[in-house]
Order: sequence, then structure tokens, then C-alpha cells
Amino acid sequence: MAADTAKRLDGSRNREVVFETRGLTKTYLMGEVEIHALQGVDLELYGGELVVMLGASGSGKSTLLNIMGGLDTATSGTVRYRDQDLTNASDKALTLFRRDHVGFVFQFYNLIASLTARENVAIVTEISRDPMPPEEALALVGLKERLDHFPAQLSGGEQQRVAIARAIAKQPAVLLCDEPTGALDSKTGIRVLEALEHINETMDTTVAIITHNEVIGEMADRVIRLRDGRVEDIHENEKRRPPGELRW
Amino acid sequence: MRTLNRKLLRDLATLKGQAAAIALVIASGVMTLVIAVTTLDALSLTQQRFYEDFHFADVFADLKRAPEGVAGRLHEIPGVNQVETRVKASVRLEVPGFDDPVRGLLLSIPEGREPLLNRLYLREGRLPEPGRADEVVISDAFAEAHGLRAGDRIEAIIRGRLTTLRVSGTVLSPEHVYQIAPTDLLPDYQRYGILWMNRRVLASAYGMEGAFNNVTVSLQAGASEAEVIDHLDRILARYGGIGAHGREDQHSHRFLDEELKQLRAQAVILPTIFLLVSAFLLNVVMSRIIRNQREQVAVLKAFGYGNLDIALHYGMLTGWIVLLGIALGIGFGAWAASGLAGIYTEYFRFPEMGFRLQGWVVLLAFAVAAGAAMLGTLRAVWGAVRLPPAEGMRPEPPARFRRGWLERSVLRNWLDQPARIILRNLSRHPLKSSLSVLGIALSLGLLVMGAYQLNAVDHMLDTQYRKVMRMDLHLTFSDPTPARVHSELRHQPGVLAVETYRSVPVRLLAGHREYRTAILGMDEQPYLRQLLDGRQLPQRLPPEGLLLTDYLARDLGLRVGDEVRVDILEGHRRTVTVPLAGLVDEPLGVGAYMQRPALNRLMREGPAVTGAWLMIDAAQERALFASLWDLPGVASIGMISEAERNIREYMGDTILMFALVFVLLATSIAFAVVYNNARIAFAERSRELATLQVLGYSRGEVSWILVGEILLLTLVALPFGWLIGTGFAWALNQAFSMDMFRVPLVITPGAYGFATAVVLTASVAAAVLVVRRLHRLDKVAVLKAVE
Repeated sequence: MAADTAKRLDGSRNREVVFETRGLTKTYLMGEVEIHALQGVDLELYGGELVVMLGASGSGKSTLLNIMGGLDTATSGTVRYRDQDLTNASDKALTLFRRDHVGFVFQFYNLIASLTARENVAIVTEISRDPMPPEEALALVGLKERLDHFPAQLSGGEQQRVAIARAIAKQPAVLLCDEPTGALDSKTGIRVLEALEHINETMDTTVAIITHNEVIGEMADRVIRLRDGRVEDIHENEKRRPPGELRW
Repeated sequence: MRTLNRKLLRDLATLKGQAAAIALVIASGVMTLVIAVTTLDALSLTQQRFYEDFHFADVFADLKRAPEGVAGRLHEIPGVNQVETRVKASVRLEVPGFDDPVRGLLLSIPEGREPLLNRLYLREGRLPEPGRADEVVISDAFAEAHGLRAGDRIEAIIRGRLTTLRVSGTVLSPEHVYQIAPTDLLPDYQRYGILWMNRRVLASAYGMEGAFNNVTVSLQAGASEAEVIDHLDRILARYGGIGAHGREDQHSHRFLDEELKQLRAQAVILPTIFLLVSAFLLNVVMSRIIRNQREQVAVLKAFGYGNLDIALHYGMLTGWIVLLGIALGIGFGAWAASGLAGIYTEYFRFPEMGFRLQGWVVLLAFAVAAGAAMLGTLRAVWGAVRLPPAEGMRPEPPARFRRGWLERSVLRNWLDQPARIILRNLSRHPLKSSLSVLGIALSLGLLVMGAYQLNAVDHMLDTQYRKVMRMDLHLTFSDPTPARVHSELRHQPGVLAVETYRSVPVRLLAGHREYRTAILGMDEQPYLRQLLDGRQLPQRLPPEGLLLTDYLARDLGLRVGDEVRVDILEGHRRTVTVPLAGLVDEPLGVGAYMQRPALNRLMREGPAVTGAWLMIDAAQERALFASLWDLPGVASIGMISEAERNIREYMGDTILMFALVFVLLATSIAFAVVYNNARIAFAERSRELATLQVLGYSRGEVSWILVGEILLLTLVALPFGWLIGTGFAWALNQAFSMDMFRVPLVITPGAYGFATAVVLTASVAAAVLVVRRLHRLDKVAVLKAVE
């Protein structure tokens, strides 16, 4: 079935493969428990698409995202980004890969509390090759009035938008978002999703969103379902629904 | 990197309390290093310059009387560079307005000019004019003590004749940097003075025309000192030579050398201990600070910051703290060292003492402290760098808890929930808990060591002046005197008890080792000058055989029962063998002791004595002094209470001053350690504590979890701290044992008690500070935040 899907997508969109994983597994120890987070994942992400990865807690979606983003390494299998093999890349190569190509958005924002919104973005633009000014990135997510506020002075949604601004400011080819709305109420969550869609459309950034919220799948080009560390199903939406129409 | 630097500054601002505490500890280490090294450097440099510029002699010899012609033969000894013959005499002095007995040493200088060796540094006035019989120059310390200036007059009893002398100048001599009377341990500038006068006058007063009784020699480069001494001894033996010696047996030089040795020990031991403690503290604190930032590290890495960037960031965090510590340490160290300069110029009389902070000292302090800091931080920084970003983002795995033995024991039913939380928190991270305990124990150890110094010096002086030296006065005679002088002394006004002794200069030989000292021949069971055994009880002298100070016996590698070779340096010089019959435990000085009749037999003489110890009625002191001065043959009168006062002052100025600074530093370290522990425990626990408060625990109950942990750690640390402190004190005791004094390894309960009280106070203060912080905690915010 996986081969069928790939063929169909190739036929329909004919776009560049950005990520490709083959037989990806990951096992790690959590306290005294051994966790088999991934048990053989094969999939591709294409340039410029917006993908939603759905799965229950423990399905392995975060682990998959971390490995694709070069934050973690697989136990076995391969992962490629364009023509770069990330599987056995050195620590240094992975650092450069993250610096040059990937933007992350995390469920709990992970802002640095001692830095203002602008500085939280600047800390990334300062080491990037072709960044936009931090102010511009913050304007893109509707925060140009809150540049000099510390995280503690921002609401949850604002903090998450700072995190998105931080991720997009370096104009990455790929934006990887781990439960970006998980800690937010639905109204705020939708604003965050709108920001992500906006980036995807205007900057042609490949966006992968991890969530356990089925509804969010409707805004995607494709929905990839994960279960127990395996790809259960890949579904292509005929039409993306704007986040503003989503309700949960 | 600008933004990362801003984060650095804000992190530092947040950590300011902890950062200041660590900086203080580093500053303490650097300070002790700077003080010791700067002082050592200044003292040895000044010594070296003074010795060179003023031609300090290499070999010194006293003799009875030799015709000047012998000097030519001494000149021909291979290796000898310059020879300076002198006339040397002890005098009694009288200074207007000062009633106590004053001893003096008269030395000849060539008519109106500087000697070749041991040249004089003229501080004020001029040298005696050639041919002037009544002019002297006097040592500047003596002049200072009596407010004497050029032109003033003093009286000297030269060969029984009261002579008025005019002071023409005040001088310093490389031979008398440390100006001390032969039987003393410490300078007493009021009661001992050195005077130089023209040779011809002095010679005629002492019947030394065309002769000399003292000679100093300088050596050619590369000459063997031992061979020159041998030669000199052979030539001077028939002129009553009592054995030539090198600089290491020269009084002033020897004391200076001991001081340098002590400083060298200080320069190594104290900074090492302080810096190791600060390295340890940095390690504990930095690894916890970084662990609390593990999520931030992960984010930075996720966005492409490399390992080097991260390492640099946290390295700089430590770096600034260390830099602050170093700067403080160098500043305060230089300040304290220049303060010490005042004390040293009081005890060591140099033309000038150049106390300045040398560039290399700053570099050394920097390198040593930075090295210690690196040692302390590398592991923590490495831990931050090594953490894979995905793992850093994941919440820390739930800690493994199990019920400890304490909970399964009989205490089980007594423990309430908070007590269980305390115990489990501590047993969950045994390493972390042990490190906290070790940190507190180390600071306690430092305090014990500091308190030990303060107490032990007192203990030492009490032993010396209550148990060993029980006399009030110490008389020496200019020549061996028949023992019947005893009854004559006994009948002097106010004399309550008398004991006489015979003192003979000797060289003790054991294998390759030798030591110049004097054998004291005493009564079988001396009362006024007691000899203590290992249990600090007075012991009897055996009829035959020698007793030695235990330190000296160890130094010579001798055990009781061994035969000691004794080179007698007086009268008919010969070498005899005497068995070592026992050891004497005494804290000040070293010596050799025999029964007087045995020593008289060894000297092949009748019952002769050279000195006496007197116990007197203080009310009749003045009458006694006057009467004693009229006795012929009394060369000097020493007042033991003055000696004790001097040595207590000296110890107070130097060792105790240092110990006090040390205790202050150790106190600040104790507080830094405890406070850091408490702050970190608070940071790690705040979420849990907020949860408990939300669940309905009172502030007091929640505070108890934190306070209980701090106190429990402190209590566990106490016995280890006592142990470590005992170890430190032992190390210090080993390093500071020397001829002049040996501080006994006696740590009083008071020392332990004081150290413990300081640590407990620090714990309580730290507990109060974190509890106040806990009460200000915004419970809701903490619960919302992600760990």
C-alpha cells in the first residue's frame, strides 16, 4: 500500500522529496523502562507541503520529528534530508544541518526566560546565514507591539508565536512543530495555526505539525497517522481547510 | 553572539547571591596565595639584596684570643676570599630612664671606616671618627626602642668600668637582620642592643691589642664551605676556637631562613586547601546550575548552536565568577601583604622592604585559580555539551524511589510524610547528597584548622611558660664559674630559689647529619627548668647519657639507646660518644640535656657552671637587679616574663593574625557552601513544594521539608568535618614544625565547638533566607511552568 501511495503522490504533485526515512527504529530507556518509540518507519516529506502527523500519546510522532530534525539519532534505519544522509552524521554535521535548514516549534515554547521576545529571536538570527530581522519575524506572527517583553510578560499564545517567529526568522526550508497548540486554548491555537499556514504559503516552507488533534489534519496537504511506532495510514486531503474554519 | 552574552549577564544577575559566594571562596584562596607569595618574594629578595650589597660573610668563628698575624694564615686557606678579624664582647648597658637590665653586644669596626664584610647601612649620623674612644654606632631597632638619636649618650659597663658612650649614628647590619640575644627566641629591642666601635679602643678595653676573638670570612665562588670550616677549626683550635660555622648556624640568618621556610609552607598548603575547596564548590554548584538549564541548552542546540558555543557560554559564566574572585583575591591579598610588611619590618631589620605586587604573582594567582576553576567546572560544562538536544527537551525521567533502611527500621512509625520526603530526596541522589555533605564537611574542616591555630599557639605557650620555663630570671656568666656561686645567689635580696647549670657549645653528629647546639648540664630533677616527657610530666635526668628534644632526635635520625657523637666546641676540643638516654617534649626551641656532674666530667673540669635560673619575689626586683649587676662575672640578666610577653606578641602579630584572617575566610566559605546548597535545593524542589502548598500543607510544614533537608545534611556533615579538620591541622602541623617552635597537635573541644557553631549558624541563616524565598514563591506560576 505504501508503494501505491508514493506513486499516486508522485503522479499528482511531482515535487521534490525533502525527507526520506527507511526502516527507522528508535529504542530508549526512560527510567527503568525500555521504550520502543519507532518500529520501522518509511515515509517521505515533500518540498513546500504542509503535513500533519496524527497519533496518540506514545505513538512515536515526537521521536520521529526529533530524528528528522537532527535532534536525536535513530537506533537503526536511514533518514535523508535532500541528498544529505543524516543517519550517521556527526554531531557537528547535525548542528550545521539544524542551523541552516530547520526551524523548531515546541509544545511548551521553550523560550529563554532571561531574554526578551526580540532577543529570543535574535539568538537564532545571529547564527543564521540569511535571516530576516527579528522584528520582521515577530511582525509576521502579529507581535510587533510586544518586541521588548520578557516571556513572563506574554500570554501562552503570544509565547508560542514568539517561538514560531524564532523558528521562521532564519527562513528555514523546513519547519518542524511538535504539538504547537497543545498548551493553548482553541482560539489561541487557531491563531498559531494561521501563522504556520501563512509561513507555508508565503515562504514555501515545508511544514510538519505533530498533533493528537484530528481536526488539525484538515488544514494539511497530507495527514500521516502513526500508531505504536509505525505509519498506520497516509491520507491526502483534496482541499486544505483554512485554520480559521477549524473548531475543536 | 551578542544575545547569548546578554543571556549570560542576566543569568549572572539572577545568580548573584550564589555567584558572589563562590567568588568569595575563590578570592579567599587567591588571597592566601598572594599574601604568602608576595611576602615570601619580598622577604627573600630583600634578604638577597642586603646580603650582596653589604657583603654578608659566609663563615663565622669565635675564639678566645689569637694574634692578628694568624689572619694571614686564614687568608691562605683555599677557597677563602676575604677575612675580617674583629673584637667582640658582651656588655651591660644602662640607658637613661630605663630600669630593666639591658644586654649589649660590642663589635669592632676598622678605625672610622666600613668593615670589608658585614658592612653597615647607616640609617642616621656617621661612623665613629678614627681615634675617637667614646663614639659608637648602635643598631637602629635599639635606638628606636629607646628613642636614641645621634648625639645621645648611653652608659656601658666595660670590664667593670662604667663608660659613657656617645651615639654617632644608627645602623643596620646583614649580620643582625633579626636582632636577638644569644639565649632568646625573639627580639627584645629594649633589653638587647648591638653596638659598633673603633677596634683600637675596644681591643685595649678587653686586652685584645694586636689580637682578635672573632673572625668572619667570605668564600670564593664554588669553594667548599665544609672544607674551609675544617681548615679554620684546625688553625683556630689552639687559640680557643669554639668551631666555625656557616650561615645556616648564624643566628639572624637562621631565624630569617625559618621564617622563609614557614612562608613557603604557607604559600603551598593554605592556598591549596582553599582552592581545592573552591574547585569542589564550583563543581557542585555549576553542575547543578547547568542541570537546571538543561532545557535551554537543548533549545540552543536545536537551533544550531554548536557544542563549542555552549561550552563557551557556560565556561564564561564560570569565568566571570572566577575572574571576580581572582580580582578580589589579588586586591585584598595585596592589601593584606602590604599590611604584613609593617609587621615584618618590625621583626626583620632591612634598609627597605620592597613589598610590591609583582606581575608574576598576579599571573600565578590567575593561573592557579583558573586551573582550580577549570578542574571544578569542566565536568559540569561537559555534561551540558554532551546532552543530546532531544533528551534535554524530554522531562527528566521520574526519579527512582525506594524505601531506605531508615524507613524500614524502627523509626518507621515516627516518620511523617514531610520527613519521608526529606529522606527520600536525599537517598534518591546519593552522590549529590554526599557531595553536599562533603562540601559542608570541608568548610567545617577549614574552620577547625583555623580554630586549632588560635588555640594551639596558646596551648604551646602555656606549656612553655607554665611547665617548662618556671623561673623568673635567667643569668649567664661571662666565664665558667665555680658551682658555689649557687649559695651566693641564694642570699641575694628577694631570691626564693636558685638552680645553676653548665652550658657547653657542641656539635651533635649522627651519620651525615649534624646540629650545633649547647648541652645544658642541670640538676638531677630540675624544678625551675623542667624537662617534660611524652606525657607532659617532668622527668629526671639519668646519671649518665644525654636527653634530646624529640624533634631534634627525629631530625638527626636518632633513637633512644643510640650512641651520639658529640663534638665539644669549648676548652679542650674533642669528640666523645654519649648514649641517648631519653627524649624531651618541648614546644619551643630544641636542646640537649645532661646531669651537670656528668657534663663536668665530660669537660674534664670541676663543678663549674655558666648560668643560673632564679625564682624571685617580684616586690624586691629592683633591689635584686642592682645587687646582681654588682656581682662580677654576670654577663646577662634575662627576664622570662618579658620573653613570654614578646613571644606572645610576636605570635599574635604573625601566626594568630593569619589564623584570624583564615577563620574569617573559612567562615565565609562555610556560609557560601551551605547557602549554595540551600538555594539549589530550593530551585530543584520549588515545584514540588508549591504543589504541597496547593494541596493544603501549611507554609511551616512545607518550609520544614527544605529546612529539615539543610539541617540533616549539616548534621551528617559534622563528624566528617571534625575528621577532615583534624587532618588539615595535622598537615599544617607537619609543615610548620621547625627548630624555633612546634605547635602541638592539640585540638581542644573548644576548637571543634567553635567550628561547629559557625557551621550551624551558617545553616540556620541559609535556611532562613530560603524559607523567606519560599514564602514569596508564586505557587500558581510555578505549577504552570514546565520543568
